[in-house]
Amino acid sequence: MIAEAGLAALWLAGALAALQLAMAVIGIARGRDDVAAAVRPVAIVQGVLAALAMALLINLFLNSDMSVKLVVENSHSAKPWLYKFAGAWGNHEGSMLLWVTILGLAGGAVAIFERSLPERTLVATLGAQATIALGFYAFLLFSSNPFARLTPAAPDGLGLNPLLQDPGLAFHPPTLYTGYVGLSVAFSFAVGALVTRDVGPGFAKAMRPWVLIAWIFLTLGITAGSYWAYYELGWGGWWFWDPVENASLMPWLAATALLHSVTVLATRDGLRAWTIMLAVVAFSMSMIGTFLVRSGILTSVHAFAVDPERGAFILALLAIYIGGALALFAARIGTVRAGTTFDPVSREGGLVANNLLLSVILGIVLIGTLYPIVAASFGVQLSVGPPFFNKAAGPIALALVAVMAVGPLLRWRRDEARAVVGRVALPIAATVVAAVALLFVWPGVLPWAGLSLAAGLAVASVAPLWKRNLRRTPMFTYGMVLAHLGIAVSLAGMASDSAFTRETLVAVRAGEAARVGPYSVTLDGISPVIGENWSALEAQLTATRGDDSTRLHPQLRFFANPPTSTNESAILTALDGQLYTVLGQPDGQGRWQLRLWWKPFVTLIWFGGVLIALGGALSLVGRLRRERRSAVRAAWA
Amino acid sequence: MKRFALWAPLAIFALLFAVVASGLFRPADKVVRSAMVGKPLPDFALPAMVPGKPGLTSASFKGGQPRLLNVFASWCVPCIAEAPHLMRLKTMGIPIDAIAIRDTTPAIAGFLRRNGDPYARIGSDTASRVQLALGSSGVPETFVVDGRGIVVKQIIGDIREDNIGEIVQAVREAR
Repeated sequence: MIAEAGLAALWLAGALAALQLAMAVIGIARGRDDVAAAVRPVAIVQGVLAALAMALLINLFLNSDMSVKLVVENSHSAKPWLYKFAGAWGNHEGSMLLWVTILGLAGGAVAIFERSLPERTLVATLGAQATIALGFYAFLLFSSNPFARLTPAAPDGLGLNPLLQDPGLAFHPPTLYTGYVGLSVAFSFAVGALVTRDVGPGFAKAMRPWVLIAWIFLTLGITAGSYWAYYELGWGGWWFWDPVENASLMPWLAATALLHSVTVLATRDGLRAWTIMLAVVAFSMSMIGTFLVRSGILTSVHAFAVDPERGAFILALLAIYIGGALALFAARIGTVRAGTTFDPVSREGGLVANNLLLSVILGIVLIGTLYPIVAASFGVQLSVGPPFFNKAAGPIALALVAVMAVGPLLRWRRDEARAVVGRVALPIAATVVAAVALLFVWPGVLPWAGLSLAAGLAVASVAPLWKRNLRRTPMFTYGMVLAHLGIAVSLAGMASDSAFTRETLVAVRAGEAARVGPYSVTLDGISPVIGENWSALEAQLTATRGDDSTRLHPQLRFFANPPTSTNESAILTALDGQLYTVLGQPDGQGRWQLRLWWKPFVTLIWFGGVLIALGGALSLVGRLRRERRSAVRAAWA
Repeated sequence: MKRFALWAPLAIFALLFAVVASGLFRPADKVVRSAMVGKPLPDFALPAMVPGKPGLTSASFKGGQPRLLNVFASWCVPCIAEAPHLMRLKTMGIPIDAIAIRDTTPAIAGFLRRNGDPYARIGSDTASRVQLALGSSGVPETFVVDGRGIVVKQIIGDIREDNIGEIVQAVREAR
C-alpha cells in the first residue's frame, strides 16, 4: 500500500506541476489575474506531495519492505537504521526523488515567502519552476520509478555499498542537493524576469536571498563531502578532481560569481545581462552535474547507474531547459535596458574581475571534466587528473584571492588609485612578510604563493571593519568579512597540507614503532571486532608525541552484504594538524602494513569551509532583516 | 554584432550537447589495453621457487618457441580458479613458465600439490620487481611471448574457459 501511495503522490505532484505551468502561461499571456492567483497555492501543494512521496520511500526503507525492488537492491534488514534511512537516497531512483522533492519544496518556499517580486514576474518564475519539475517528474515516473514492486518479494535485500554506510550519507547528499537544486530558483527567477522583461535592482534584491541559501548549502555540502571522502576512502586526500567532485564545484563557482554580480545589480543597477546569464549557468551546471553522475558517462566513484537510456532522458531535459533558457536570453536580453556604467577602479570593477576569474576557473574545470568524453570520440582513452587542474586552475585561483583581498576595500562607482594603495598597504605587508618567512622552509611554488596570499587575505578580509563603529556595521558586512576570512583559512589549510604533509608506508610487527612527523606510532596488536553488520580487524596503535600518547584504532572492515572490505582510517586531531592512520594488509609473516600521514593544519580546509558558509548565513540574516525594516518603513511612509 | 554575440552561449551549449550526446551513444570501451604488447620482455633473472624446478630468466623466452608467462601467487584466489585452465593449455602442448609474487617455497609447493603443476619453470619475485617491470598490476596475469622474447598478448585477471581459444590462437600465430 505504502509504495502505491508514494507512486500516487508522485503522479499527483507531476499533474500539479503541469497545472501550475498551464495556469502560469494563461495568467501571463492572457493577462488573467484570477488564474495567475492560483499558481502560488498549486506550487505549495505540489511541493508537499513530492515531500510526501519522499517520506513514504524513507518509510519503505526503514521497514525493509522487501516487496519493493529498490529496497531489495539497495538495502538489507540487518543494516543499522540510520543507513536504512539515508539509504533511501543512496541509489539512483531515490536520489532523483530527493532531487525533485527539493525542487518542489523550493518552488513551494518561493510561493510562500517571496513577497517583494512583482506578481507577474513571480508567476512567470513559478511557471519556469514547474517546467523544470515536470521534466524530472516524467523522468522518475517513466524511467526511474522508485516505487516499483518486486514479485515475488525477496527474502532479504542485497545491501548498501559499504563506502556509503557512514553518517556522512545522512548529511552530505541532502545538503548538496539543497544547494544544487536551490539554484533552480535563481534559474526560474532569471527566466521569469526575461519573460516579463523586468531586470533591475528590485529583481536582484528579491533573488539574492534565494541564491544565498542555495550557496550556503552548496558550500556546506562540498565541505562535508570533502571531509567524508578524506576519512572514508583512506587515501589521505581531500579533493581528487573526480568528475563528480567537479560536478559540485562548477555550480558553486557559478553561484559564487552570481552572488557577487547580483550585488552589483542590486546596489548599482549594473551587470544586468551578465547576472541573468550567470543565474542560468549556475543551475545549468547543477543539471549537467546531475547528468554526469546519473548517466555513467564518466567513470567515477559516484556514478551508480550506467544506463544510456536514463542518460539520454536527462540529456534531452538538459537540451530543453538550458537550450530554452539560453535562446530566451538571446532573444530577450537585447530588449532589457542596459544598466549603469562604472569606472574600472571601483568596487564594481573588483567584482567584475572576480566574476571573470571565477568564470575562467569554471571553464577550466568544465573542459577538464569533459575532455575525456571529447577524446573518446577520437578514439583516445584518457583521464584528466590533478596535475592538469592544479596547474591550470591554481594560479588563477591565487589571482582571484588577490582580487578578493583588494575588492572589498574599493569604493562603489569610482575610486582613487592612490587612496587604494594606502588601504591595501597592510595586507600587502602581511603577504610580503609571510612570503619572506616561508623562503626558509621553501614549500614549493604554489603552496608558497598560497600561504603568502592567505596571510594577506586574512588581514585584508577584516580590513572593512577598521575604523568603523562595530555595533552599527551591518550584519551582511560581517558576513562578507567572515566568508572571505574563511577562504583565507581554507587556502592556508590546502597549501599547508600540500606542502608539509609527511607520509610513510611501513610493515611492522606488534611492538614495533614507526615515525611520521612529530609522532611515533607503535603497533600494540591486532584484534578482531564485530560490528552491527560487519566484522573487522582492528589495530591498536599508540601515537606518542613528547609526553602525550593517544590510542588509535584503524580498521580493515569486512561487510557480508554485499561482500566488500573497506579501510576505516583512524584520525588524531591536534591543534596543529592531523595524524591519519590506515591499516593495510598483512604480509603473511606477522607484519602488518601501516600507512601513516602527518598533515599539518589540514583541518583548516574544512574549518574555512564552515566559516564561508557561516559568513553566507550572517549575510542572509542581515539582508532579510534590512529588507523587512525597509518594508516596514515603506508601509509607514 | 552585439545581437550576434547574444547567441554565442546557446551555440557553445549546442556544441557541448553534441559532444556529450555522441559520448553517450558510443559503446563504452572499458577494456584495459596492454602497454606491453609488441615490446620485448624486460631483462630479469629470478631464483628458483621450488626445489627440483629451475628459476626463470628472460633469456629462456628467446628459444624460438612461443611460451606462456603466468604471474601468480599462492595467496591469490582467482589463481586457484584459473589453475585447471592452465593445466588444459599444458596438455595442449603449450609450455608455461611462471613468476610467483611475494611468496614462500612451502606455500607454493602446497599450492601446486592442491591445484596441479602446469609450470616448466617458476621464478620467485619476492618484492614484485619483475612484476612491476612487466607492467603487471596484479595477480593473476598471463603473457603470451613469442620465440624472440616479444610479448604478443597480455591477459589481465584469471584465464576463463572462453579465453583458451584466443590464447591457443595467439600461440599458433606467434610460431
